Amino acid sequence: MTEEQKQKDEKTANRIEPLLEVQSISKRFPGVVALDNVSLKFMPGEIHAVVGENGAGKSTLMKILAGAYIPDTGSILLKGEKVTFSHPQQAQHKGITIIYQEFNLLPDRTVAYNIFLGREPSKFGIIDIRKMNKDAEDLLREIGVEKMISPTAMVSSLSVAEQQLVEIAKAISFNAKVLIMDEPTAALTYTEVKLLLDLVVKLKENGMAVIFISHRLVEVFDFAEKITVLKDGQLVGTVNVTEVKPEDVVHMMVGRSLDHYFPPLGKPEDFGEVVLKVTNASNKFLKDISFELRKGEVLGIAGLQGSGRTEMAQAVFGVEPFTTGSVELRGKAMIIKNPATAIKNRIGFVTEDRKSEGILPKQPIRDNMLLTVRAIQFVFGPIFKNGIRKTKNLVPNLGKQVDVRTDSYDREVQYLSGGNQQKVVLAKWLASDADIFIFDEPTRGIDVEAKASIHDMIRDLTKKGIAVLMISSELPEIIGMSDRVLVMWDGHIEGELPAKSSEPEIMLMATGGKHIKEPQSVSAAGKE
Amino acid sequence: MTTTTLKQPSKILKILKAIWNGIRRIPAVYFIFFGIFIVLGLLSPTYQSTPGIMAFLRRTSPLAILAIGEMIVLSTGGYDLSIGSIVTMVVLGSSLLLNNDPTMMPTAIWTMLALGLLIGLVNGFVVSYLKIPSFIATLGMMLLVKGGALYWVGGAPRGYLTENWRAFGRGYFENVPLVDRFPYALAILLILALVTYFIYHRSNFGKQILAIGDNVRASQLSGVRVRLVRMIAFVISSLFAVIGGIMIGGFGGVNVTIGEGLEMQTIAACVVGGVLLGGGKGSVMNVVFGAFTMEAIFNLLNLLGLPKPYKDAVQGLIIIAAVAYVALSTRKKK
Repeated sequence: MTEEQKQKDEKTANRIEPLLEVQSISKRFPGVVALDNVSLKFMPGEIHAVVGENGAGKSTLMKILAGAYIPDTGSILLKGEKVTFSHPQQAQHKGITIIYQEFNLLPDRTVAYNIFLGREPSKFGIIDIRKMNKDAEDLLREIGVEKMISPTAMVSSLSVAEQQLVEIAKAISFNAKVLIMDEPTAALTYTEVKLLLDLVVKLKENGMAVIFISHRLVEVFDFAEKITVLKDGQLVGTVNVTEVKPEDVVHMMVGRSLDHYFPPLGKPEDFGEVVLKVTNASNKFLKDISFELRKGEVLGIAGLQGSGRTEMAQAVFGVEPFTTGSVELRGKAMIIKNPATAIKNRIGFVTEDRKSEGILPKQPIRDNMLLTVRAIQFVFGPIFKNGIRKTKNLVPNLGKQVDVRTDSYDREVQYLSGGNQQKVVLAKWLASDADIFIFDEPTRGIDVEAKASIHDMIRDLTKKGIAVLMISSELPEIIGMSDRVLVMWDGHIEGELPAKSSEPEIMLMATGGKHIKEPQSVSAAGKE
Repeated sequence: MTTTTLKQPSKILKILKAIWNGIRRIPAVYFIFFGIFIVLGLLSPTYQSTPGIMAFLRRTSPLAILAIGEMIVLSTGGYDLSIGSIVTMVVLGSSLLLNNDPTMMPTAIWTMLALGLLIGLVNGFVVSYLKIPSFIATLGMMLLVKGGALYWVGGAPRGYLTENWRAFGRGYFENVPLVDRFPYALAILLILALVTYFIYHRSNFGKQILAIGDNVRASQLSGVRVRLVRMIAFVISSLFAVIGGIMIGGFGGVNVTIGEGLEMQTIAACVVGGVLLGGGKGSVMNVVFGAFTMEAIFNLLNLLGLPKPYKDAVQGLIIIAAVAYVALSTRKKK
């Protein structure tokens, strides 16, 4: 039966025109090629998943389809007809609707207002609220959620999943033929995911083309028919779900050669005692975190965006502290309730977003470097130009240590290159004499040369007995630098991997690939 | 032969260029102030004489003190709009407390400083703990303090200011070498400016104020106690407003509008003195001259015989022009 079905599917697929097609689309942003010559076809009545690492170009592609970006080259065909969108509204009126991760609903308006925003039914120039509510109710009934959501409910009172349903109802009211969903399930609980995906399947059966981006291979394998893999802005390939295993998809997502030099990993004799031990700790973002960090090692934290990596770093550093569980620092139980406590206990946190969380752009290099030491001293205490009372020439020493390229330490940090800014941030933490360092994406958005010098610096830190916790979305960096790897998924630690684990091993854990249910693989095996 | 003729101009050019670069580094406020002051001197001989200049400085000192306090809050990225009302409160309240009894002078001053401390603490608390934008919070405080002060004195000015109280604003040290008479007000300004200079430019606190104004999130993640620093900033601003108020009461009469518009004048003085609205940059010295510049402009308008509404309009123009100038010059640098 399945064999027949498949053949039939193939036949119809050959006969049916693609609903939406992109032909050799390219898009570049300053410094990066976000999409490079990508061609894809989307069929009616099909759920098409688009997967890839962070920065693979998924979101750019979706934004082009929805008219939010204009491609540099290439064309979009809707039912075989060439279209160009200069505004998302044009795409919407042609039947292409996108639902973003962050919603575009107005929280303090009712469901009905949101659905008919900008095209409210009116009578004598006044909004006909009764008709609008009724129309909204009809739409909600069409997708089978009229019992859950009232057209007169405020959007702010709805859960994330319900808001998504409202977005879908809105899409249907535009007569959408193509529905694009950017990580629709990222913020949902399991039952909500099920509800949403059931609805998506129903829409598909009505002939809609559904494109959805996801980091969760579990769902992709449960619901999608086709999977397209993007990597570094290029199309790796499109496969039918029934013909591949999760491992194959993961290979397509990551397969890449290591062309970057990393300093040698630590040797077992370099690792000292445990300096940080977290046991069964949780907060509102994290579940049951337990791990140990030893002196002299780099513990890599891998995981996709939204897996809780940054939240874990922030919990350890006291920005959003753990609410349960225990933290032991150098063998002593400790509650780190704010960053100042963390700094006094010699923890350093090189944050992910250098611009918004790392640097003081308008202050000179020296004041940036000395901020942490000044912050924990007496508020009205005097300052020293290049250091503190005990070490008066801290700034030039730090500058040499991290190799900041500048003619003067009086230069404002905003005029430095990204790599040099990152070195200044690093120096700030070295100044505070930290011996536990947390790096969140230490080399994001900086050039290759600066990257290599920051990697060397991290390794040098461990040689001085400093313990390093390093978060990164770049798998080569995780593999090249880590003496052990923790993989996070869905707010908890999915597992631990030894040094030199392969990219597919990490990726499989990071996408929740372990959770793909047995029946799926059994039925896949049955088909063969 | 040709080489020497070529060499010499290039050498001179180099020196000229170095001088030009040095001049360019001097903040614009000094050129503006001295420019206007020279015009004042040409228009009226008063501004050419030492007593005239001393009188000018005496008049300007309170504004400069208010502006220094305001600068501290502006540098954190906030605003303090309550200082004008504090001045009104100080004058009305002191007048009531003193009631022509010179022995009450210390009591009156301590009471006002205590009230200033309280207002600063409340401003700081509302802004840092209740997370209300300082513009709104201190706007509310402005109305509250003014209303409260009027209620306290019973709706209209009462009592009398004693001479010993007024001396802070109007008195002089006599027989000072070189200048003959040296105003108390200027001495107070110099002392406060010096103290603030050390707090602002030479202490952990000053560096943390600038850090907060520049990037609150990064500062917090670097261990800066943001709420504490903000509280102190508002307290300093309020206390300076009390001191400025005592001096203003020294030569103004007791009336209910005495502090009106001072918050805008001080913000204008700060902006002219190169303080960035939104935080992250400031200088005590430049702000003092910013206040001098404002006063010089007002005097110029008076000399030209322009009515009071012009003063307000010019003040608005100055704020906009100064902010635009800063925006344009930073854009050029990038």
